[in-house]
Amino acid sequence: MSGEGLTIRGLRVSFDGYTAVDGVDLDVRPGDLRFLIGPNGAGKTTLVDAVTGLVKATGSVRFGTNGDGTELIGKPVHKIARLGIGRTFQTATVFEELTVLQNLDIAAGAGRGPLTMLRRRKGIPQPVAEALETTGLTALRDRPAGVLAHGQKQWLEIGMLLVQDVRLLLLDEPVAGMSHEERESTGELLRRVSEDSTRTVVVIEHDMDFMRSFARSVTVLHAGKVLSEGTVAQVQADPKVQEVYLGRARAEESADAAPAVPSPATGEATPTTTASAQEA
Amino acid sequence: MTTTSAPTTPAPEVTKATSPLTRFRVPGGFALGAVLLLGIAPLALTDFRLALLAKYLCWAMVAVGVSLAWGRGGLLVLGQGVFFGLGGYAMAMHLKLADAADTGIPGALPDFMQLYGTGEALPWWWKPFGNPAFALAATVLLPMAVAAVLGFFVFRRRVRGAYFAILSQALAAALAIWLVGQQATTGGTNGLTDFQGFFGYDLDDPANQRTVYFVIAVSLLLLMAAARQLFVSRYGELLIAVRDSEERVRFLGYDPANVKLVAYVVAAGMAGLAGALFVPAVGIISPALIGVVPSIGFVIGAAVGGRASLVGAVLGAIAVAWAQSTLSDAFPGAWTYLQGLLFVVAVGFLPGGLASLGAVIRRNRIRTRSGEAA
Ligand SMILES: Nc1ncnc2c1ncn2[C@@H]1O[C@H](COP(=O)(O)OP(=O)(O)OP(=O)(O)O)[C@@H](O)[C@H]1O
Ligand SMILES: [Mg+2]
Repeated sequence: MSGEGLTIRGLRVSFDGYTAVDGVDLDVRPGDLRFLIGPNGAGKTTLVDAVTGLVKATGSVRFGTNGDGTELIGKPVHKIARLGIGRTFQTATVFEELTVLQNLDIAAGAGRGPLTMLRRRKGIPQPVAEALETTGLTALRDRPAGVLAHGQKQWLEIGMLLVQDVRLLLLDEPVAGMSHEERESTGELLRRVSEDSTRTVVVIEHDMDFMRSFARSVTVLHAGKVLSEGTVAQVQADPKVQEVYLGRARAEESADAAPAVPSPATGEATPTTTASAQEA
Repeated sequence: MTTTSAPTTPAPEVTKATSPLTRFRVPGGFALGAVLLLGIAPLALTDFRLALLAKYLCWAMVAVGVSLAWGRGGLLVLGQGVFFGLGGYAMAMHLKLADAADTGIPGALPDFMQLYGTGEALPWWWKPFGNPAFALAATVLLPMAVAAVLGFFVFRRRVRGAYFAILSQALAAALAIWLVGQQATTGGTNGLTDFQGFFGYDLDDPANQRTVYFVIAVSLLLLMAAARQLFVSRYGELLIAVRDSEERVRFLGYDPANVKLVAYVVAAGMAGLAGALFVPAVGIISPALIGVVPSIGFVIGAAVGGRASLVGAVLGAIAVAWAQSTLSDAFPGAWTYLQGLLFVVAVGFLPGGLASLGAVIRRNRIRTRSGEAA
């Protein structure tokens, strides 16, 4: 049942009778850069919450290489994190009162022994220096994270995942609120991160241009179910996806560069189409 | 959106300037504190005033722990009286037993037991405190053990913020009430008092009282040094991270419950040591010194001085203690209200305490200046 990377079977999350994630099956292999898209309230964040142990869920979530996937459902958050699974949040959450360097150092240190913890940090640990370089935050390392610009906070969060040396990265809308240049840089960063064939990257995103530029594969979530899955082109050509995003099939657009899937602003205005969601 | 440097742009190297002034600020301040406490104060103060200072320094020792747990860890420890009391009673029980043994009468009970007690044998839980090594260890380890058990359940169940503060208060109240109720074995409302000797030294001798002062002053300096090490260690950084965003820390693979537990247990040990040294310095430990009101008092000094700053918390505790003994004599009854007012003002309007006053004024000046410019 468990393969390489992330294997989700029959995942279900309910909040007082309301089912936010409704029987999701999902496989993401190492080296993939999977985009998870879907209208507001589709259950994307909840799915990540379930994988990382933040909300109670039923079904099966396994992660691991060489078929020895560990069942994650039922494990506490910090134990899941120690299995090499890291996430970022929709609103960047860094430790505002600590410096960039301290943020990264803490992220790097979950396995430290008591003696190391009781001593002062001397110099900059190698993984932290690398992450500072990768995220371009070296010059800002002694600034409190609270004064960073929005985009820089997101990079710091990604940097924290890198020093944590996570094998599965779950990023919740990493480019929301970023300028065009920042998006490009972030995309390049994600591409580099996911090139490591032992890493599995899942990105939740509303920004369709961003998705088209950087996704290797796409899963569309709607009303807690998987609506469509495949390459960017396949998903864009899927009439079910067009229906969900547009409320009506706008057939005049073909699968080429045209915006078959609109911007998030249009997505939010989606009329309540009860799309017959079927598992892919 | 402000334009930010792209992740790939190599950044100019920053050189962190460490001027000699900042480098020697901490050891220099520590040396100054040592000179004041160990050199100048004993020379300048009368025996009576030095004894008062010894009492204030005991409260300052509690404030060191408060600064760690509350200032750094965000745990509003409103029940430090419990740990102060455990340390104090552990010491007092030993002194009482030693005094009784000094009478030379075999099997003699502590004086108050003969007074209120049924004249029976010593209660079993008093017996180990006859051993000086056990009693000394217990003054610190007993509070720490109790804090460890309490903290284990409280932090695992994610009891936080006001709930944690109220729970701490309730425990302080419960311990005080229990002590009052057990008059025959704890001395009740009167507490334990009227000690003759302190490990073989006569407590009535002013020279020995001075020695007790020195023990207290050195202990305070050592606790401050230990706390300072915790503040600048990686643990100290992690503790701030837990205070700011417990949830986020969990996603990095740490269990925040354990991080908080360490700060809570260490603060309890410090309060226990303070209580133990309070006993020979002041000559009494009683429920009135460890209940709800004194427990609030323990954090007020830190709040006024600046809970996140070690020196601020210690100076605040000494200043508030001094104000208390001065003002409560002049205006009895008014102090309790003033104490409450101080707490509210400090927490509400100056969360960083007096230690942050300089920074706050500087910020305001810049704001008004830029306001004028606009
Ligand atoms: N803690 C919660 N309690 C109750 N309902 C919740 C909770 N968290 C999420 N929901 C509901 O579950 C549904 C899915 O929410 P989720 O945040 O996963 O959506 P999303 O796909 O991430 O949306 P967005 O694009 O707006 O971030 C929503 O209807 C939301 O209101
Ligand atoms: Mg979301």
